[in-house]
Amino acid sequence: MSATVADVVAARVPERSWRSEARAVKTVCHRDLIRFVGNRAQIMMWLIQPLLFLFVLGSGLQSLSAASTGGVDLKTFIFPGVLCITVVFSAMLSAASLVWDRELGFLRELTIAPVSRTSILLGKCLGGATIAATQGVVVLALAGLVGVPYDPVLVLGAVGLLLLLSFTVTSFGLLVAVQIKQAQTFTAVMQLFVIPMYFVSGALYPVSGLPTWLGVLNRLDPLTYAVDPMRRLVFNHITISDEARRRLDPGVTWFGWHLPAGLEVAMVLVLGLAVLGVAVWKFARTE
Amino acid sequence: MSPSPPAIEVTDLVKSYGDVEAVRGVSFTVPRGEVFGFLGPNGAGKSTTINMLCTLARPTSGAARVGGFDVAGQRDDVRRHIGLDFQDPTLDGHLTAEQNLRVHAELYGIDRAVIGERMRQMLEMVELWDRRDRPVMTFSGGMRRRLEIARGLLHSPRVLFLDEPTIGLDPQTRASIWSYIRALQETEGTTIFMTTHYMDEAELCDRIAIMDRGEIVVLDTPEALKAGVGSDRVVLGTADDAAALVALRERFGIDATVAEGAVTFHVEAGEAFVPRLFAELDVAITSVAVSRPTLDDVFLRHTGSTIRDAETAGAGDQNRLMMRALAGSRR
Ligand SMILES: Nc1ncnc2c1ncn2[C@@H]1O[C@H](COP(=O)(O)OP(=O)(O)OP(=O)(O)O)[C@@H](O)[C@H]1O
Ligand SMILES: [Mg+2]
Repeated sequence: MSATVADVVAARVPERSWRSEARAVKTVCHRDLIRFVGNRAQIMMWLIQPLLFLFVLGSGLQSLSAASTGGVDLKTFIFPGVLCITVVFSAMLSAASLVWDRELGFLRELTIAPVSRTSILLGKCLGGATIAATQGVVVLALAGLVGVPYDPVLVLGAVGLLLLLSFTVTSFGLLVAVQIKQAQTFTAVMQLFVIPMYFVSGALYPVSGLPTWLGVLNRLDPLTYAVDPMRRLVFNHITISDEARRRLDPGVTWFGWHLPAGLEVAMVLVLGLAVLGVAVWKFARTE
Repeated sequence: MSPSPPAIEVTDLVKSYGDVEAVRGVSFTVPRGEVFGFLGPNGAGKSTTINMLCTLARPTSGAARVGGFDVAGQRDDVRRHIGLDFQDPTLDGHLTAEQNLRVHAELYGIDRAVIGERMRQMLEMVELWDRRDRPVMTFSGGMRRRLEIARGLLHSPRVLFLDEPTIGLDPQTRASIWSYIRALQETEGTTIFMTTHYMDEAELCDRIAIMDRGEIVVLDTPEALKAGVGSDRVVLGTADDAAALVALRERFGIDATVAEGAVTFHVEAGEAFVPRLFAELDVAITSVAVSRPTLDDVFLRHTGSTIRDAETAGAGDQNRLMMRALAGSRR
């Protein structure tokens, strides 16, 4: 039954150090991954949405749009946007786990440990971003089905962009999760901000020649600057007429100036870092 | 530095939440290796005190040292040396028992070479070793509590805080939790600081403090506390409790109360008093029980309610005030 006096192994908790903080980040991240892998039903649910967009919406609207896509399959056209949507929703839902951790009490187990709150939040961010990017990669694997080639440069570039977007959106989700008290609020934020941001971003349509109000909103939407480089990358690797390319992949302009893809990527990265910084700061301040 | 500082040293500790003074200046010392019980009605401030000792809440004023470290200035050192089981569960139901412990071990930076063995010993102690691969959401309430205790002990803390560790558990599980607590104290010299609402459990503590409305009203060994009440307790079943109260006051000058549906009062030499009662009380008596003072009596004396009354009153302060009003009007 119980251990006898003589052979009890005692543990010792070392002083806080960079090593122990790194271990905490890894542990928090690892736990989220264990939970993700164990939850197959949810993985399927999250994948259904991109599949619906790609194959149902893409195939359904094909007959309407064939004339104006210059021979490009609509599924091919929306593929980069669907990659982004997958990651955006998955990252938000992963970040929401922080709210559940708080509601179900587990967060107290994390916050009472002799590690900094920064490490806990970094672990959550790493875990959430990994989960989101993984789902993005699963959708990326479908490229062949929608006429996008498995070119190594395309695949590597797309994985990089998916990782970046996963990181930025997870950080944003964590900032929301740190601020709010109830799980319902998180759903409200999804409905009020994230879904509109997705529609405005141009994931499902070219961003040139929009009505002025939509054009302005589009340029203000951070997601625009993730969707655009993804689309450029994909379009670099498919065979398409110059004319169709100009129409379908016009690039984002500010007052007529074409933003380089590198700048767009940098903007998304800086935004992600800034948002994560604020989230860490807020999280560290709560009692 | 003194060779062995006390496990817990509290001086004038105060915690206010806005207008609410949850803890109003408590002081006490718990030596190493002691099992210290913390009792009090709902809302007395027990959990708030624990939260301050565990560095989860900052004291409004006053000071506390746990395991030799200051809870305000040496938070990390305190955290490295305490184990904590909250009143509300903090396990991850989606992980297995073993995964929960492993996350804990990693967070506390325990040497990987000892994690496996330490984990096995703790799980064996709480008799969950066979279940280590099951998700915690399939566990019963008692099993979860045991797992939380195993987890709280995983990193060999100097002080283990248990906030109502046995609430809602069957007597058997409660008994085994107590056997773990004692085993632990013997093998590792761990100091236990626990809150409880069960008097039979308080009886098992080395010393207990009773807290009421943010203050410690009394602190001593269970024996000394019971001796302090002195007189015996008489519990009467009568045909008419209200009439019995009046008769007791008029004929014997005794202030009785109706607690848990029976007339209860205290007298010196209870056995000798019973014959007089039958001879002189003109209310029909259906049953009599005389007992030596218990911790219930101590609790009643110092807080004005029995622990069970306090329990059923619920956590709300309003309920608590109502209970007090009722208790008062009955006298
Ligand atoms: N975070 C908080 N904000 C405001 N008031 C609080 C907070 N925590 C506790 N209180 C108040 O402090 C008082 C003491 O609460 P505490 O939880 O310490 O009681 P307790 O003795 O643990 O009671 P119980 O037996 O019900 O667990 C209560 O009046 C409670 O409402
Ligand atoms: Mg409490």
